Amino acid sequence: MIPEVGHFALILALALSICQCALPLLGAHRNDQAMMGVARPAAVGQFVFIAISFGCLTWSFLQSDFSVLYVASHSQLSLPTAYKISAVWGAHEGSLLLWVLLLAGWTVLVCRYSSELPEKFSARVIAVMGGLSFGFLLFTLLTSNPFERLLPAAADGADLNPLLQDPGLAIHPPILYIGYVGFSVAFAFAIAAMISGDLDQKWARWTRPWTTSAWLFLTVGIALGSWWAYYELGWGGWWFWDPVENASFMPWLIGTALIHSLAVTEKRGLFKSWTLLLAISAFSLSLLGTFLVRSGILISVHSFAVDPERGLFILAFLGIVIGGALVLYAWRAPSMDSEAGFRPVSRETFLVLNNVLLVIATALILGGTLAPLFVELLDGSKISVGPPYFEIAFAIPMVPLVLLMAIGMHTAWRNQAPKALVNKLRLPAMVAVVVGILIPLIFYGGTSVMLAVGAIAAIWVMLASVIDPIRSWKRGAGSVALTRGAIGMSVAHFGVGFFVLGVTVVSAFTVEADRNLRIGDRENVAGYEFELRGLKNTTGPNYQALEGEVDIYKDGDFIGQVRPQKRTYLVQKSPMTEAGIDAGWNRDLFVALGDPLGNDAWSVRLQYKPLIRFIWLGAFIMALGGLIAASDRRYRLTATQKESVRIQQGEPA
Amino acid sequence: MKPRQQRMLAVGLTVAGIAIAAMLTLQAFKDNMMFFVEISEVEKGNYPADRNFRVGGLVVEGSVQRAPGELMVAFDLTDLTSKLTVNYAGILPDLFREGQGIVAHGRLNDSGTFVADEVLAKHDENYMPPEVADSLAKAAAAQEAISKSETAKQ
Amino acid sequence: MLKFVVPLIAFGLLVGVFIKGLDPERDLKKLPSPFLGKEAPHFDLPRLKVPNERISNQAYDGEVAIVNFWATWCVGCRQEHGFLMELSRTSDVPIYGIDWRDQREPALQWLSQLGDPYVASGFDADSVTGINWGVYGAPETFLIGKDGRVLLKHLGPLSRDAWENDFLPAIAAAEGNQP
Repeated sequence: MIPEVGHFALILALALSICQCALPLLGAHRNDQAMMGVARPAAVGQFVFIAISFGCLTWSFLQSDFSVLYVASHSQLSLPTAYKISAVWGAHEGSLLLWVLLLAGWTVLVCRYSSELPEKFSARVIAVMGGLSFGFLLFTLLTSNPFERLLPAAADGADLNPLLQDPGLAIHPPILYIGYVGFSVAFAFAIAAMISGDLDQKWARWTRPWTTSAWLFLTVGIALGSWWAYYELGWGGWWFWDPVENASFMPWLIGTALIHSLAVTEKRGLFKSWTLLLAISAFSLSLLGTFLVRSGILISVHSFAVDPERGLFILAFLGIVIGGALVLYAWRAPSMDSEAGFRPVSRETFLVLNNVLLVIATALILGGTLAPLFVELLDGSKISVGPPYFEIAFAIPMVPLVLLMAIGMHTAWRNQAPKALVNKLRLPAMVAVVVGILIPLIFYGGTSVMLAVGAIAAIWVMLASVIDPIRSWKRGAGSVALTRGAIGMSVAHFGVGFFVLGVTVVSAFTVEADRNLRIGDRENVAGYEFELRGLKNTTGPNYQALEGEVDIYKDGDFIGQVRPQKRTYLVQKSPMTEAGIDAGWNRDLFVALGDPLGNDAWSVRLQYKPLIRFIWLGAFIMALGGLIAASDRRYRLTATQKESVRIQQGEPA
Repeated sequence: MKPRQQRMLAVGLTVAGIAIAAMLTLQAFKDNMMFFVEISEVEKGNYPADRNFRVGGLVVEGSVQRAPGELMVAFDLTDLTSKLTVNYAGILPDLFREGQGIVAHGRLNDSGTFVADEVLAKHDENYMPPEVADSLAKAAAAQEAISKSETAKQ
Repeated sequence: MLKFVVPLIAFGLLVGVFIKGLDPERDLKKLPSPFLGKEAPHFDLPRLKVPNERISNQAYDGEVAIVNFWATWCVGCRQEHGFLMELSRTSDVPIYGIDWRDQREPALQWLSQLGDPYVASGFDADSVTGINWGVYGAPETFLIGKDGRVLLKHLGPLSRDAWENDFLPAIAAAEGNQP
């Protein structure tokens, strides 16, 4: 009964999505209040029905209703309750439902917080989001129905993939999807602007907080995914340049460019066509990512097992949505650019470079990801592109970007006197060079060109980011306080530096060793001693495990004990490695059990990973910066109030 | 320097910078692009001699050998037509098992053994990496063709 | 203002590449059986239900038959089981099962709980038969002609659509060819 209710609710939501899309669009065209007025109620209604549907699926999992095929395929009686819930979005059909739910959620938020937008504009925005919802709901109902029945019902389910039975991976998809789906708001704003032909600074101001919010969730989502891969996959790696990872990273890069481009459009009314194209591209890359991951077109260790028929549907949807947007773009963009000028040394120039470098990075990653497909279609050979390509291709535009970032954030709009810039940044630059070369040498015993460049760039950005906040704080009360926008920018950029430092140090100084250990043996890796004390059998709720006890010493002092496990999950009989990690703010010690080697020896993976936590911490700091910036009061003020406040504050960003 | 010369210098440097970056990127791509070579092809000698490449096949039952207590492991891979011995000195993936389809990256050494620096198994024990399955099918088809023509000759 | 059309053109090209990439011929999971049109590989296995008896291709020699690879750990097999039961009642074509990489006890339980659509099932514990037939996942279903040739190979659960659109015409053609 419940699954049928869930199914029916989706059908109702589909019907509402048609109304939500068609009527307001028509209404905006004809200036018909009644038709435009359908938008908000339809959106709310859609959300309610999708939420009901999602609730029904969740209920089916909690009740272990194995007469539902999806539940039987991905759950099990002995699965812990928390994972029964996260199993809802653990595979293709359920994760689509999550996508659709979050899209409806974002739409409702837009309805709620769009009172200052003109009627026609908000009607069009909500209509576009309704159209997107229609496409996804149709896809779900036609090809990926999570409520399909399995009759007679199975006695017990096939269990959730053990890899997914983990808290990190439980929350990673929802947060990631909030980001992916959130870019649809900027997309809808762009479409609405192109339909009406009006795109101005006000439009940019409206779009910014939505975009920044989506971006910050995507940042956290990607960071969580990386952190999860690190501790769960058992290899100590944190990024593999796997097609699925790339699919999530590309929208992030373009989203970052979009945030910056919006700043220019808001402040100076420039870069309109850039901003439009970036707004279209960010969400397009989200859709493209969905396609790549679910169509089976690319081979990936992570991809959902789906078939090409579904792929064709998604591709058709992609074609209509993105193609349509690009047609609008080709039609409207030529008339949009304005004539305001700027000198070579100005913030505008730096932001142009920012856009260009981010787009180049994205293109290189996209190229590397799709290359196996292109080559295979051209001459049939099967190739794969190894991670080092991506690392080099990514570093090439990014190193200049990071270096320029430090300068750009202090550069004035329109025209900046180079001398003032040099004076401001001279000291941080020198400190960065010294620290960037010395610290690796002192703490880690080495340096190289890439390492030095990375460390210098990271420290320079961090120092440059705190100059203004420190000055503002020193001046104390009575002076112009920094806006949240400016603080957010400083925090986010500081996060970038932090992140780069982590990546640079861990890439240069990580030590990875596979050793064989018998009980009582000690191995020395990177100055730490690892001793295998014992092995014992343990059980978990739905698995059995062999657990190792490994003691770690440094210079003779006991540091801690880690317990790596080799688990066998009872239903799927699949083995899984759980790493034992001794975490610290400045280094991780990573231990994973391998295989029995005979003679009571075991292969063990021992790794020393300096500053690896800086990577995820840096990402979280970036996201925090985004949160602060998005909450800037000017986004909440009405148009007239905003103008006077801006004049008073001598708005920097 | 006059402004015009400054601009030309800037443009020149930018172009040079882009050219260098493009060359580095292309080189990185070529260096890291790995071909997948069927085991039958390796046996015939059709494989890249001086770079890493990928092979895939089924792990031959009973072929996994390891000197007790040592990390180095040797096993045979087959596409049901030809065999290839693989050496690997690391920790094998969880899903590595005899009879399972796996993919390995590495290169062939002088004695015809494939020295792997990475061994991969797909995260789903019930399905084979598609390249392996494809390769098995091709090899089997080739074999059928050969045996058919041999019976025809008789 | 040509530059504004460039993104659209680039996107169009990309979609073209993707369409080619989705071509079912290329489908990395839908591999052509190397035996399509050729004689099916031989097999000779102990029977699942009666271990000291054996079953081999000879069982269906001279008639059109279906060979279905299944296992208790495979969810798709569970999904198609109901349909196989229906076919075993409504269709004249005998269905032979090969229990692949499975365990005898759970397999026997499965058949007794859910019903047995098979004339007989072979027990292929070490999956040698599966490998010989190019099976790389379960379920897989083969249609064998009267002369022992493989007429069709279907990957994944056997659906009504596939049965009506692919299998029935092939069966009719195979039956019709016999004088």
